[in-house]
Amino acid sequence: MDSDNRNRQIGRRGFLAAAGAGASALAGLTAGTARAATPDPAITEVQDWARSLGDGVAVRPYGNPSSFEKHVVRRDVEWLTASRESSVSFTPLHDLDGIITPSGLCFERHHSGIAEIDPQKHRLMVHGMVERQMVYTMSDLKRFPGRANRVYFLECAANSGMEWRGAQLNGCQFTHGMIHNVMYTGLPLKTLLDHCGVRTAGKWLLAEGGDASLMTRSIPLDKAMRDCMVAWAMNGEALRPEQGYPLRLLVPGWEGNMWIKWLRRIEIGDQPWHQREETSKYTDLLADGRARRFTWIMDAKSVVTTPSPQAPLAGKGPQVLSGLAWSGRGAIKRVDVTFDGGRNWRQARIDGPSLPLSLTRFYAEFDWAGEELLIQSRAIDDTGYVQPTKEELRQVRGVNSIYHNNGIQTWLVRGDGQAENVEIS
Amino acid sequence: MSKFPRLALAVAACLAIFGPAVAQQQVLPLGRAALPAEIAAWDIDVRPDGQGLPAGKGSVKEGEQLFLEQCAACHGEFGEGAGRWPPIAGGVGSLKSESPEKTPGSYWPYASTLFDYVRRAMPYGNAQSLEADQVYAITAYLLSMSDVIPEDHVLSKENFAAVKLPNAGGFFDDDRETAERQFWGREPCMKNCKTEVKILGHARALDVTPDEKKGPKVD
Ligand code: HEC
Repeated sequence: MDSDNRNRQIGRRGFLAAAGAGASALAGLTAGTARAATPDPAITEVQDWARSLGDGVAVRPYGNPSSFEKHVVRRDVEWLTASRESSVSFTPLHDLDGIITPSGLCFERHHSGIAEIDPQKHRLMVHGMVERQMVYTMSDLKRFPGRANRVYFLECAANSGMEWRGAQLNGCQFTHGMIHNVMYTGLPLKTLLDHCGVRTAGKWLLAEGGDASLMTRSIPLDKAMRDCMVAWAMNGEALRPEQGYPLRLLVPGWEGNMWIKWLRRIEIGDQPWHQREETSKYTDLLADGRARRFTWIMDAKSVVTTPSPQAPLAGKGPQVLSGLAWSGRGAIKRVDVTFDGGRNWRQARIDGPSLPLSLTRFYAEFDWAGEELLIQSRAIDDTGYVQPTKEELRQVRGVNSIYHNNGIQTWLVRGDGQAENVEIS
Repeated sequence: MSKFPRLALAVAACLAIFGPAVAQQQVLPLGRAALPAEIAAWDIDVRPDGQGLPAGKGSVKEGEQLFLEQCAACHGEFGEGAGRWPPIAGGVGSLKSESPEKTPGSYWPYASTLFDYVRRAMPYGNAQSLEADQVYAITAYLLSMSDVIPEDHVLSKENFAAVKLPNAGGFFDDDRETAERQFWGREPCMKNCKTEVKILGHARALDVTPDEKKGPKVD
């Protein structure tokens, strides 16, 4: 066994002992604890915040993060699109932990900017092949029985789409940040559809947004009846305008573009409509020039968020690798990680809820002696789907797909702790 | 299986309060009937079979004029795309190439999608401003730019369904569960899975601006 491997093993054993035995394990660790040469002024000097009064309760009626967290923001890549009103900003995954994405950091994708809608003037129309063609106000919706709370991930089908031809962007915010995971409050769509009485010939629905792109997608009725929702709240408060305030469609496990924001209309019909977002876009062009359509489900995927290019290792010694895994087909059953580019793998530790169609958080504690690492993660869901490598995906799809790139991501960690997006054999 | 079993019960229980759930008057008194004029105002979607097309017509010639005034600044005189704005004509025969150009002429399966999309979303920043005749004319112009219809064509509600796009047969439904079944149920290797590992490529640094046309795309 080489020394790198031994270090990692000791690190793992140290962690297990600490988790199992509490105080005795801590005592065991003190042997290697560093000593300070001089007293720490952060302790010996009285700090400003420990002397004078801080802001009173009314100063921050809507609280914001600490001023020391200003760097934790959504970012865009300006050259990606011609216009910022049809563009994307990415979730800073490397700065987040747990499974819930703070509302203000959820990635944005608009096609005609953010619609600022007066909820008093917002209407949801349900029409077409139904017994009763209806109009609902927001207050109507909030009076229906059966309100539900659900945690779901939303991933853009183009997440990691820039990486089909090779490593392009340096940071998991940019390679994987078109995803967020939120607790929604709303109504099962079935409640509304039953209220209108779908005719037996009705097999599809068209959902439409109220922004200047009037975004539309066709959705099969069985999905709509199974688990779709109309939601007005995220993480306990009203939806953010950029996430579709006052009403958004949820299409759990399916590509983000279908989660129509600013939802204003649902039409029931007997065929799909073949709208622009399901023909020109969101179809997966294969190497032979044909394209797969209606590729709605997001396959199992994972990414290590620390270490990563925007979250380098700070120094040698004990480290916590952290990452996210998800599947549009169900729950995450297992995540494996490798430090040596896939020669050897170990099972990561999943912590927190591992809900179906939700982000799942994993960790792998390790000890680092400064050697070069090639870090990857591999997700397995409860349908038995094993996240493929990027090369395996290219073999079956070519490199022109744009969408649905769920291949395994590699980070190279150098001796100085800096990480880079690379592709390996 | 229902994702909301308890909800189903709750709704059933609730409807029971108002009596059996079959008769119309037992429906929860929430919302109101949509008026025909309201449905007409919002229901502007068009299907490949022509359902939803408004009455009207427009010629390639009229479309050219409108396109130059309202669209060419972004999409180029011939739909080739100005700067980084999207091209919406050309690209025929490019789908198997290194840089496929997906336009209505080269890629889209149905002409109805073009009519529908221009009517709902274009011109960008001034959506829903075009009259039905103008949308017919602009659609005709764009289809002629891709050689789908002749330059003297007048497109109308009546002859629309006859327009067939060259790549209509180029699509098939999601078959990942069979075509990619090798990704299911394999026992992943844990130890000594490969002998050597080579780095094949490094990320392009973020601050490098790639060539405008070749750069990565968000769709
Ligand atoms: C100010 C610039 C601008 C103008 C003017 C404009 N467009 Fe667009 N067009 C765009 C942008 C941006 C998109 C992509 C929108 C998105 O991302 O959803 C687009 C998309 C399109 C598409 C779909 C392209 C595809 O590949 O899916 C068509 C078709 C189109 N425009 C037609 C028109 C027509 C016709 C007009 C004139 C009536 C017009 N546009 C005017 C900017 C413009």
